[in-house]
Amino acid sequence: MDITAKFGRFTLNRLQILGRSGIFLLAAIFQAFLPPFRIRRLVKEIEFIGSKSFLIVFVTALFTGMVLGIQGYYSLSQFGAEAALGVMVALSIIRELGPVLCSLMVAGRAGSAITAEIGIMKITDQFPALEMMAIDPLKYVISPKIIAGILSLPLLTAFFNLVGIAGGYLVGVKLLGVNEGAYLGKMVLAITFTDIYGGILKSLCFGVLITWIASFMGFTAEPTTEGVSRATTNAVVLISLSILIVDYILTSLLL
Amino acid sequence: MIKVENLVKRYGSLMVSNNLNCHFEKGKITVILGGSGSGKTSLLRQVTGLEKPDSGSVYFNGLDLTTMGRKKLYDTRKKMGMLFQGSALFNYLNIFENIAFPLREHTKIADNIIKTIVTMKLEMVGLRGTEKLMPSQLSGGMTKRVGLARAIVMDPEIIFYDEPTSGLDPISTGVIDKLIKDLNQALNITSVVVSHDIKSCFRIADNIIILFYGDIIAEGTVEEIKNSKDLRVKQFINGEPEGPIPFTRTDKNYLDEILFD
Repeated sequence: MDITAKFGRFTLNRLQILGRSGIFLLAAIFQAFLPPFRIRRLVKEIEFIGSKSFLIVFVTALFTGMVLGIQGYYSLSQFGAEAALGVMVALSIIRELGPVLCSLMVAGRAGSAITAEIGIMKITDQFPALEMMAIDPLKYVISPKIIAGILSLPLLTAFFNLVGIAGGYLVGVKLLGVNEGAYLGKMVLAITFTDIYGGILKSLCFGVLITWIASFMGFTAEPTTEGVSRATTNAVVLISLSILIVDYILTSLLL
Repeated sequence: MIKVENLVKRYGSLMVSNNLNCHFEKGKITVILGGSGSGKTSLLRQVTGLEKPDSGSVYFNGLDLTTMGRKKLYDTRKKMGMLFQGSALFNYLNIFENIAFPLREHTKIADNIIKTIVTMKLEMVGLRGTEKLMPSQLSGGMTKRVGLARAIVMDPEIIFYDEPTSGLDPISTGVIDKLIKDLNQALNITSVVVSHDIKSCFRIADNIIILFYGDIIAEGTVEEIKNSKDLRVKQFINGEPEGPIPFTRTDKNYLDEILFD
């Protein structure tokens, strides 16, 4: 086949998938605001995406904060500016590392599980079964997941920020002897509301990205064992890459 | 009850419904027979509105399913029950919750009454006592019966069965057949069964429709089908490997392909 035609077909195909996934997301969010509201489903999803991610987010945040403490101390002490350690740790975590790392961890943990779950529901005919029971699968299965993502990620990120800053404090103040007042005091002075707001806004977008891509990949997975495993891998890769790319775009827009 | 008119559906170049016309009578058991790939499951999906035909109509109590809106379709579906080939139970819910699911979603019935209804349905399929188990803890035949209990929990007017006996041992097959027959007689439920199991078909059917690559090649009662003169029907019900229905799918000559390709 002519190379132009091949390229054209490829592009059209991709655009079509993009369009379908966009409609999928809008429909799922729209459906979430129509009765009947299934609070119990939503709570269950928040438990899965949110509260079950606490431990993994805690460990990631603690060690990220501790590493930042060491690295920051090393760099800053060359200029005799150890007192700014708190500001450095807090700013890097709140603006950047908190939302990104937290989302990447949740993507690996919950994103893959969402794709696999939806894919298996598809293989075992549970979607047509819902249809036959006069229940919209999009509303019943997908909407709660996306709403749970939107609600959970900002909260997890706030938790990440707190633990990360504490990790930096642990290493900087308790281990390396930075002045406690300087660490906390300068930090409180330097951090503005815009920093926090930007970080939380990012995490909100990542929350949508994770649940949206994971659900869509599961929903469109080829209904075979192989298809679902491929969709799961692709979902995690795609989510991780889009988090990093969207992060750049958001950062440049917010600054 | 359900009338299918001029139904056409193709997947790419493959014709799965070639201008089909048929009728599922009220209170009767209609069995749609056909080999793999004959378009019988696709017909079932179109009749239930899960798939839209390329053209043609499906009338449920006089209303056209193919043109009605989503809300109307969902309202109509509440009068339908369906048993899926793999039972399609929700694997995160136990047996009780699986059966109670449609009641909880569509009605405001109190918990103690739901419990009574579920117990009655479980008794009908002979599985009382399994309420607390998860679907993964049941055998294939038992999950089918749970699926059936779920399909009848809303007291539907019609039940669709997608290959209800495939993959089951002879006794489980007998149990399912008897259940289909009993439900049909006791509750006067119209039944549509998609199957390739000739023995069980002859046991339960009032009417039989035989599909062959998207065409209806025979239609009638058990006796009429048994006495059919059509060679394809004879080959199918006797399970003969040689006959007018080819074993291979390609039109290409075997020798040509081996020698000259």
